[in-house]
Amino acid sequence: MMGLSSKQLMAVGVFLVALFVIVPAVIATTGRVDFYYTLTSVALLAIASSGVWLTFYIGRINIGQGAFALIGAYVSAILVTKAGMSFWVSLPLAGLFAALVAVLIGLPILRLRGVYFAMITLVLTQVVTLTALALPITNGAKGITSIPLPSALSIFGLTIIPDFATLQNPRLAFYFTACTLMVLTFAAMYRLVNSRLGHLCRSMQQNEELASSIGVNISYIRVVVFAISSFVGGIGGAVFGSIAQSVYPSSFQVADSVNFMLNCFLGGLGYVFGPMLGTLVLYFGWDLLFEFGKYQMLIYSSVLIILMLFLPNGLLSLRISKRGGNSK
Amino acid sequence: MEQILANGVYLGAQYAMIALGLTLIFALMNVLNFAHGQMYVLGGFVTYTFYGQMGWPFVVALAMSCITLAILGALVERFLFAPVIKRSTRDESTMLLAAAIAFFLDAVVLLVFGEKQRGVPKIVDGVFNYDFRLIMPYDRILICGLAILSIVTFILFMQYSKTGRALRALAQDRTAAQLMGVNVDRYSMVGFALGAMLAGLVGGLLVTITGVNLGMGGPTSIKAFMMVMIGGAGVISGAIAGGVILGFMEAIGLAVLSQYGDITYLLIFVSLMIFLAIRPQGLMGKPWG
Repeated sequence: MMGLSSKQLMAVGVFLVALFVIVPAVIATTGRVDFYYTLTSVALLAIASSGVWLTFYIGRINIGQGAFALIGAYVSAILVTKAGMSFWVSLPLAGLFAALVAVLIGLPILRLRGVYFAMITLVLTQVVTLTALALPITNGAKGITSIPLPSALSIFGLTIIPDFATLQNPRLAFYFTACTLMVLTFAAMYRLVNSRLGHLCRSMQQNEELASSIGVNISYIRVVVFAISSFVGGIGGAVFGSIAQSVYPSSFQVADSVNFMLNCFLGGLGYVFGPMLGTLVLYFGWDLLFEFGKYQMLIYSSVLIILMLFLPNGLLSLRISKRGGNSK
Repeated sequence: MEQILANGVYLGAQYAMIALGLTLIFALMNVLNFAHGQMYVLGGFVTYTFYGQMGWPFVVALAMSCITLAILGALVERFLFAPVIKRSTRDESTMLLAAAIAFFLDAVVLLVFGEKQRGVPKIVDGVFNYDFRLIMPYDRILICGLAILSIVTFILFMQYSKTGRALRALAQDRTAAQLMGVNVDRYSMVGFALGAMLAGLVGGLLVTITGVNLGMGGPTSIKAFMMVMIGGAGVISGAIAGGVILGFMEAIGLAVLSQYGDITYLLIFVSLMIFLAIRPQGLMGKPWG
């Protein structure tokens, strides 16, 4: 990792230890195994949200991540069930397919800006859901069910990942998988934002015409960024499908796309790790409010409104206001 | 053929009204009101309560829908959108607020009215039948007429009244309007109330035909977004054009493609994407809205 101070390295180290050692230990001692599923979902949704965040980074409001998550989930499910492929091979393929679709769709629609892009991506989610209903290979509204758990992955006879079906606790395995993917995704995002491409993205966020006038190939960069965003969306969706062992056209809907966007907003758009925090808070908040039964939605939305009133720039903006406007 | 055209006019008129409210709010505040569909549902439920439950005359119930939603819109603008717009560093933050309000209204409707489909007694009985080529229940014709009447009234209001002129000035250029002595804060509130009122009015009108249920909000918002995109965001004539076009596409699609199953909307979405790729600002919109 480049350019990390020792303090930041410490923080990363603490975070990793917490993620991979402390959380499983706490869950093991308290016996709340259901938390694995919750945390796995948070990790996967955070992965998809990070893609949305990246499109925000070039100044586009992306409400279409549900579409790419659904594409990823279907591609992986079809490859595993129909072609008998290993889940671990299908996972990158799902991401790549989502990225390919993103390039094809992105070439025309990335010319749109502001609310137009937001609305068309929202429509895109609906298109993918309807396509999944109409195509024969996706099995319509019945969806694809009883997808086998991920099988063993071995390279040169060395087993790296054991067969999930033989494990005593596949939930723990999924937790580790999702967390590893999340760490990798956010590391990649961090690296990307601090690379040349990241600087170019920031220039586009501020003023596309100006960026283009000083020689930035903006149409190329925005397609690349949209493809990366959709790639992580596809990955997140594929793992989700594998955990649920089923994919339906309703697995990812417009509401999910909106939620991905909300995660980014809540975490704060100026911070790479914003989506992670936003997802954690939103998902856990929703889960905790389950106690309130029918008032769950009312309280949840009221809290969201109040949060927006007092922290319109996201949760992580609390941090900078303390340090006196030290953005980044 | 006559039947399809009549259905198109009927759908188009009601869609145009939904799109009008959304585009008005967008033009004035640059806010994409995710809660528009929920406001429509709420309007439907208010009319249902007063007309269907309490037996008040339909017109009074309709007026109650308008008043309720106008007050709601004004309050939402004054206490939620205005402060957030002032404080946030990016315009897009209002989208989160709008989405949260959509959730909130959904929750309120669920708690107050439940999740069942609700309908009201017909306002007029009977069916208009022209030689079995054109069959249209009288209440649909009435609602369609009322919708067109409201649209015309709205256009005249925007064109000739003092408030309408102020709102149009505000939509054109906020700063310039302020310099010319338009009370920006007040008219933002009025505009938002008007947009919400339109949503409530359509809800109240349509509850007599389609009934109303909790799940209608989200899909209605998406349809409204599509109409606004077809016509161009923030342009009133564009919203009407978008509504009519979508209405006709749906009427024709449902009639022609019905044997292929549910692909009408898929085709509409795909053609919309192709259209926007060629003309990103919609039919009448300003480039980059």
